[in-house]
Amino acid sequence: MITLEKRPEPSQFWVFATPLLSVLLTMVVGGMLFAALGQNPFVAMRTIFLDPLFSEFSWFYRPQLFIKGAPLVLIAIGLSFGFRAGVWNIGAEGQYIIGAICGAAVGLAFYPMEARWLIFPLMVLAGALGGWAWAMIPGILRTRFGTNEILVSLMLVYVAEQLLASMALGPLRNPDGMGFPGSRNLSQYPSAANLELIQESAMHWGVVAAFIAVIFAYVALARHLFGFHVRLAGQAPRAANFAGVNPNRLILICLGLSGTLAGLAGMFEVSGPAGQISIDFNVGYGFTAIIVAFLGRLHPIGILLAAGLMALTYIGGEIAQSNLGLPGAAIQLLQGMLLFFLLAVDVLTNYRITWQRGRA
Amino acid sequence: MSLRTILAGAALAAGLTSGAVADGHEPLTVGFVYVGPVGDGGWTYEHDQGRLAVEEAFGEKVETVFVENVPEGPDSERVMTQMALQGADLIFTTSFGYMDPTINVAAKFPDVKFEHATGYKQADNVSVYSARFYEGRAVQGHIAGNITESNIVGYIASFPIPEVIRGINAAYLHAAAVNPDVEFKIVWVYTWFDPAKEAEAANVLIEQGADVVLQHTDSTAPQAAAQAAGGVYTFGQASDMTEFGPVPRVSSIIDNWAPYYIARTQAVMDGTWESVSTWDGIDTGMVEIGEITDAVPADVKAEALAMVEAMRTGAYHPFTGPINKQDGSVWLAEGEVASDYGDDGLAGMNFYVEGVSGEIPE
Repeated sequence: MITLEKRPEPSQFWVFATPLLSVLLTMVVGGMLFAALGQNPFVAMRTIFLDPLFSEFSWFYRPQLFIKGAPLVLIAIGLSFGFRAGVWNIGAEGQYIIGAICGAAVGLAFYPMEARWLIFPLMVLAGALGGWAWAMIPGILRTRFGTNEILVSLMLVYVAEQLLASMALGPLRNPDGMGFPGSRNLSQYPSAANLELIQESAMHWGVVAAFIAVIFAYVALARHLFGFHVRLAGQAPRAANFAGVNPNRLILICLGLSGTLAGLAGMFEVSGPAGQISIDFNVGYGFTAIIVAFLGRLHPIGILLAAGLMALTYIGGEIAQSNLGLPGAAIQLLQGMLLFFLLAVDVLTNYRITWQRGRA
Repeated sequence: MSLRTILAGAALAAGLTSGAVADGHEPLTVGFVYVGPVGDGGWTYEHDQGRLAVEEAFGEKVETVFVENVPEGPDSERVMTQMALQGADLIFTTSFGYMDPTINVAAKFPDVKFEHATGYKQADNVSVYSARFYEGRAVQGHIAGNITESNIVGYIASFPIPEVIRGINAAYLHAAAVNPDVEFKIVWVYTWFDPAKEAEAANVLIEQGADVVLQHTDSTAPQAAAQAAGGVYTFGQASDMTEFGPVPRVSSIIDNWAPYYIARTQAVMDGTWESVSTWDGIDTGMVEIGEITDAVPADVKAEALAMVEAMRTGAYHPFTGPINKQDGSVWLAEGEVASDYGDDGLAGMNFYVEGVSGEIPE
């Protein structure tokens, strides 16, 4: 009979092997699902995972990976600090929205003034501050009144969505928009546009920020006292206390950091790829980033790879829908499977499977 | 080789593939971008019926592709670009929020024709098309005003854009015309398709005493909620939703895109496609009124059918004065008919008519 035996400490091998194993399992079970839908599973898998990278039009898809991946990396990096320390910010989507609103509002306030050196940096600042401030609400409520930051941050997503709708319909509405909701298009306002740094490369400032965030997080976690405190607080809260970690300060820093990065992601998105504040500007990056953070084992490099993989399934999934006629729900199922299998095989990190003779 | 040359080469290659259609060897590829799932039973479902009609009409001569559940914004831009790259010759983008993405992508692919539903931005290779759903709303309002006993009509509204506001106004005017005591309760759900939110909105309206619920969202969830509550009437939206008849669904507005999609595909095949702005209603069959069930009294049904006929022949326009705006100021004088465009035109309608309570959200 199979039993699970707790490991004395988490297996280093499985920490790295489980994400790969879960991707593999997703491909196998997903392939069976596609076969059941009457598709050649190998063609379907090739379309989803390889076509964006190596097909005839990969020159278009590869840069799209940056566009889809950059906000995921930025947000997931921020979340990973809190998740390591046991601070659960589930509301990155809300902080992303507020960052976008604040960034766009600053840009639109200056319209049509031409001063990129002033306006764009101010927008970046406003986006970061907006995200930070929104994350401080659950932070302060938790440290002052002991509320649950999971619930508060999640609920604030819905508040942010209402605020977004009200901004798109009210103060930020395009005066030349014939009464339709939505702001002016910031990507067509040179002083406020998050431009591509190299033509047609999709490398915008958000992508740069994402890479900087990865490096910063890597150094902070590996070399800096703050990273040590974060890890310690997550693994051994009592020991952290003795080491002089102020838990409230840590909570505020972790929430502030993730809020800031989510706000930045929103600001870069609204001034670049999306271009405008609209009622349904947010498409769930803040939630997908939670999957990305865990898929990447809360490790900066892992997050980078995981975001790339998620972006791949989005873009490949669209190609599979249009070229193979796969239903959209099948693609979502595939993405869901990824997290499901990750959590399922994760048990191997902390437990060992052993065979025991059955007892009578 | 610089990136630009690669791009230019690829764009050329894409152009060449679509050019191959002219000699009749390759099928014409028609792409569809959908905001909801094809199984929503409403808006996207009817667009997909249009796609299937194109396939049926042209057989081997066309190939259709579609991507469903595409968020409005950069994702839709990528999906459109991808379709154009893969050789689509004609692309229908079927949601208001695809407007700017459609214009952006169309600028990069001058040889591909685009058709954007319910928007207002045209280009040399971008047409816009929409249907006069408000004609159907007038019929719904007439029936709702007659059959309500609580005098409270619930309205599940999606986004406060002119199309939705026109629907509210048309329904209210015709309900109030037959029942001056009627009151509209409006819930804004800020989504086109979200069965959970739609059902919740329906339940809230029913709890507040509404016995007729109109919806400007795409799922059948409000129908199911009304069925569960009992004693509540609904109307199918975008699609017939006949499976919920004879009650709660007593009639419906059906969007019939098939004739338009077939005509536009034919135009591309013939090389006669031009950028146009189309806004058709009951007269061309783009808007259809689904069967009015026996739950509606016979005389009301007869009046409603007469109204449909009058709109079909053009004898009656649902927005005929005297109509005041909500603030009491005059919008249309006695006998005046609303114009489509311009100040206070139907296309950009952003005010309620007199009698509708509440404010348009800002």
